[in-house]
Amino acid sequence: MLKTLVKASAAAALALALAPALGAGTASAYEITVPSMDYRTGPYAPNGIPFANGWTDWWTLLNERDGGINGVKIKVVPCETAYNTKKGVECYEKTKNVGESGAVLYQPLSTGITYQLIPKVSKDKIPLHSMGYGRTSAANGRIFKWIFNFPATYWSQASALVKYIGEREGGMDKLKGKKIYLVYHNSAYGKEPIRTLQALAKKHGFIYRGLPVDHPGQEQKATWLQIRRERPDWILMWGWGVMNQVAIKEAASIRFPMDHFIGVWWSGSENDVKPAGAAAKGYLSGAFHAAGANFKAHKDILKYVYDRGKAVDPAFRNRVGEVLYNRGLVAAMWASEAIRTAMKIHNTKKVRGVHVRDGFENLNVDEARLKELGLEGFTIPVKVTCANHEGPGLVAVQQWDGKQWKIVSKFYEPDREVVGALIKEDSEKYAKENNIKPRDCK
Amino acid sequence: MTEFSFFIEAVLSGLMAGVMYSLVALGFVLIFKASGVFNFAQGVMALFAGLTLVGLLQGTIPFIHTNNPAFALPPWAAILVTVAVMVVLAILIERLMLRPLVNQEEIILFMATLGLAYVLEGAGDILWGSDVKVLDLGLPQGASDWMLDTFNIYVEKIEVVAAVTAGILVTVLAIFFQKTRIGRALRAVADDHQAALSVGISLSTIWIIVWSVAGIVALVAGIMWGAKSGIQFSLSLIALKALPVLILGGFTSIPGAIVGGLIIGVGEKLAEIYAGPYVGGAIENWFAYMLALVFLLFRPQGLFGEKIIERV
Amino acid sequence: MLYREAGQFKTSYAADQAIFPIPQDRYMLAGILAIAFGVVPFVLNDYWVNAILLPFLIYALAAIGLNILTGYCGQVSLGTGAFLAVGAYSSYKLMTGFPEMNMLVVFALAGLITAAVGLLFGLPSLRIKGFYLAVATLAAQFFIIWLFYKVPWFFNYNATGQITVPPRDLFGFRLTGPEAVPAVRYLVTLSIVAVLALAAKNMARGHVGRAWMAIRDMDIAAELIGIRPLRTKLLAFAVSSFYIGVAGAMMFAIYLGAAESGETFGIQQSFDVLFMIIIGGLGTVLGGFLGAAFLVLLPIGLEAVLVEGLGLSTNFAEHVKLILLGSLIIFFLIVEPHGLARLWQITKEKLRLWPFPH
Repeated sequence: MLKTLVKASAAAALALALAPALGAGTASAYEITVPSMDYRTGPYAPNGIPFANGWTDWWTLLNERDGGINGVKIKVVPCETAYNTKKGVECYEKTKNVGESGAVLYQPLSTGITYQLIPKVSKDKIPLHSMGYGRTSAANGRIFKWIFNFPATYWSQASALVKYIGEREGGMDKLKGKKIYLVYHNSAYGKEPIRTLQALAKKHGFIYRGLPVDHPGQEQKATWLQIRRERPDWILMWGWGVMNQVAIKEAASIRFPMDHFIGVWWSGSENDVKPAGAAAKGYLSGAFHAAGANFKAHKDILKYVYDRGKAVDPAFRNRVGEVLYNRGLVAAMWASEAIRTAMKIHNTKKVRGVHVRDGFENLNVDEARLKELGLEGFTIPVKVTCANHEGPGLVAVQQWDGKQWKIVSKFYEPDREVVGALIKEDSEKYAKENNIKPRDCK
Repeated sequence: MTEFSFFIEAVLSGLMAGVMYSLVALGFVLIFKASGVFNFAQGVMALFAGLTLVGLLQGTIPFIHTNNPAFALPPWAAILVTVAVMVVLAILIERLMLRPLVNQEEIILFMATLGLAYVLEGAGDILWGSDVKVLDLGLPQGASDWMLDTFNIYVEKIEVVAAVTAGILVTVLAIFFQKTRIGRALRAVADDHQAALSVGISLSTIWIIVWSVAGIVALVAGIMWGAKSGIQFSLSLIALKALPVLILGGFTSIPGAIVGGLIIGVGEKLAEIYAGPYVGGAIENWFAYMLALVFLLFRPQGLFGEKIIERV
Repeated sequence: MLYREAGQFKTSYAADQAIFPIPQDRYMLAGILAIAFGVVPFVLNDYWVNAILLPFLIYALAAIGLNILTGYCGQVSLGTGAFLAVGAYSSYKLMTGFPEMNMLVVFALAGLITAAVGLLFGLPSLRIKGFYLAVATLAAQFFIIWLFYKVPWFFNYNATGQITVPPRDLFGFRLTGPEAVPAVRYLVTLSIVAVLALAAKNMARGHVGRAWMAIRDMDIAAELIGIRPLRTKLLAFAVSSFYIGVAGAMMFAIYLGAAESGETFGIQQSFDVLFMIIIGGLGTVLGGFLGAAFLVLLPIGLEAVLVEGLGLSTNFAEHVKLILLGSLIIFFLIVEPHGLARLWQITKEKLRLWPFPH
């Protein structure tokens, strides 16, 4: 027994000793380290896998097709977080100094991990992009210098969805007296839109009520019985994981009209609608990019990544183009453009985190650039500035037609008056609590 | 919709949800009764059984996770193979885990089942992949139109199926326990390991049987819950929903698991609907535990549990 | 040869009743502490502090706390996650409500508040026993987590529902927040853990600990010999919750820096800490440290072996890791149900005879 123990601990010790040494590596050429905070395991793996594949495939595509960014290869360092905060912190510490460049950016892909990393990245001078999740008030670039959450925040999304509802009802004035209910995951994430919706309810005169669903959300009968009784006109949902699938099924069962049921963009993937089968047809969700694989970039990915056997998950081939895959892809695309911008601004190929932050802050991916990237019409143009880290803040609505997701609306501008005030209030509170002096943005 | 019919609807859906909890709790009770093991892996066993079933139905190739329709089995064959897998699992658990741990304290055995849960979680994912899988056994889906149109009461078909299945399951188990030779041996083991051993009952055989039966119960629970949400990792968390049912009904009583499930189901639904809005909602989870706790204060061994006799 | 008691004579009761009666033990402990205080702070880096040392020390403290309740007093609790949360949220409220308060006072008060909550949830233990009690403590777990989501006062009405630690100093050194010095965070945590562990060791061998153990071994018998079950059990709940509360406060303020009720302090925490004391050894203080080391270091070590050593993909490695971790837990329970602390004891006995075992 003792011997085994000694052996085991020796192996562990050896491994631990090896771990930090890895960073040193023997690579001669300069490589840019991009960590990939995956969660391919755990309760949320069904959502984490497509995202991680999309994220990784884009970097592989750049390496395989273009030989990297301006000739500098990208080194993707995967680290499994299992959507667990503590593992996320471990991953961060493990990956931040890998390679000569060190990690140049983080996409933590979890609100919990984002909150852990916000103070840490500010100290380590690595930009953090929490794309459409995380801390909403990080949109205020004056206070959150290192954090970016473009292309839109939860609050903008809530406001945009209300606008969409207004349009469907025939004008914002028609919202008066309408019942708009929110079914939300009982967590900090799920509660994000509440303040915005309350403020909008006051402004437009609709009736708002929130119905929380406790984690994990396999049993939601009580919630849907209340909905059945009170017959709201519209339901919004801030759900996550198994909660989405069950909610969509319940809504269909109580014969709630699916085209009056709108999910957040984390409640609108193939995973969420498939278990409900045909009943989910017509269900809506927020979106900021298209679904599907009919873009030139996707064809390139199949050609350069999958055909060459370089894909991180070869079995995924038939699912390329799923909503969450495309979300990983678009995140990587913006990140790669930020690196490119950083190279241009600082006129160096050896970019590090500090440079890439400037790249993010001067990011400008317009329609022409999207076309060059083979992603014409894939997403909205994004322009980030020093003061505005949320970028455009535009949100569209996509619909499940029984086979695939399609964007069915225009991109809505959020109610800046309401959302802007909330962002200002929250970010200033944070600045005060943490003794941060807002920067000047010309 | 009148207030009264809504109340009926709420109670009814509570009863149905309760049956679903009971299905999970049953597995716990069986194992605890026969081997004194508080098997926390029951939820993961449901997940593992569900994953295996879906994998066989879709012809998924283990480890590679691609579907090949040529390997897909018809539902009856898939169920039979899954049952066989659960029996093999029971044999492995007995050989590798229970036998070496015989006579250990309860808490050690409990921890061992948590270890087992880890193993099964990892193995299930490696074998069959971690996506959400749609379970297509042809079970009825959606609300019962007849109930909805005639009485304006919302009942999900799958829950009716679950209730009927649970009824059949309990009847079969009751007959099995009361009338068969093995059943008598099981009860003897449950009462007193030593005495059972001394009259020539093989403990290890009994344990294999019990764990196999619990595996089959887990499969049933996995099918019913999986039909609601698709088969996915979260299925393993249904164990947490079964625990209040267990302490309310008593760890050792099969009728307790059913009655406890019904009480918890109705209690938590009524609480969420009528009291929830005043305190911010989402109280179901802790309310179930609080309800069970209140019952325990009056009957520390649960409603149907065996009286705890303490001797000095 | 090195570890031999022969020839050591005690000439006073005080020497006989010392915490570590054998000099070798004392030297070793002194050596470990000297390295921990004198060497480690100079060689550590961010990774070691954030991923290994802080979680190890803080979980060890939580494990010692739970061990007092479960290992010494025999009351199984699955509410550890919630008590950690109480500690964390109390420290947050204290730090933001009284910005000038010394951090040591904050930790102590957070512990006391948690102790009060622990007392409250310990009350059912008088009637409910064994697994029934374990499941009943889950009521505390779910209720408290829910409460921290629902009552905005606990997170100062901020829009995010998350609590983030404000920057605070201790004796002029930055202890919390992004600018905190790794060595300071480590040393403060180490000091608190060392002092509390010593206190636990002392408590366990005094009359309080003996009363707990009597209750654990058979509460009716203990009652007959004049130990009051109510007081003893509640004391165990209170002391245990104090330790867990301090651990929770440090977990939030020093280790993580931000937290969210259900995400950080969910039920998995309760199971993890219970694992630590069972793997480490029930009813020992050393067991808390060994168990925490096992559960904090083993996954990291396994990952290093599987991913960097064998070149497996991270997700496959994660699954293999789960399987290995589960199997190792079962394996350890089989070979040594009394935990790693018991293995250490056996080793010591072997060492006494080494190199001439016969």
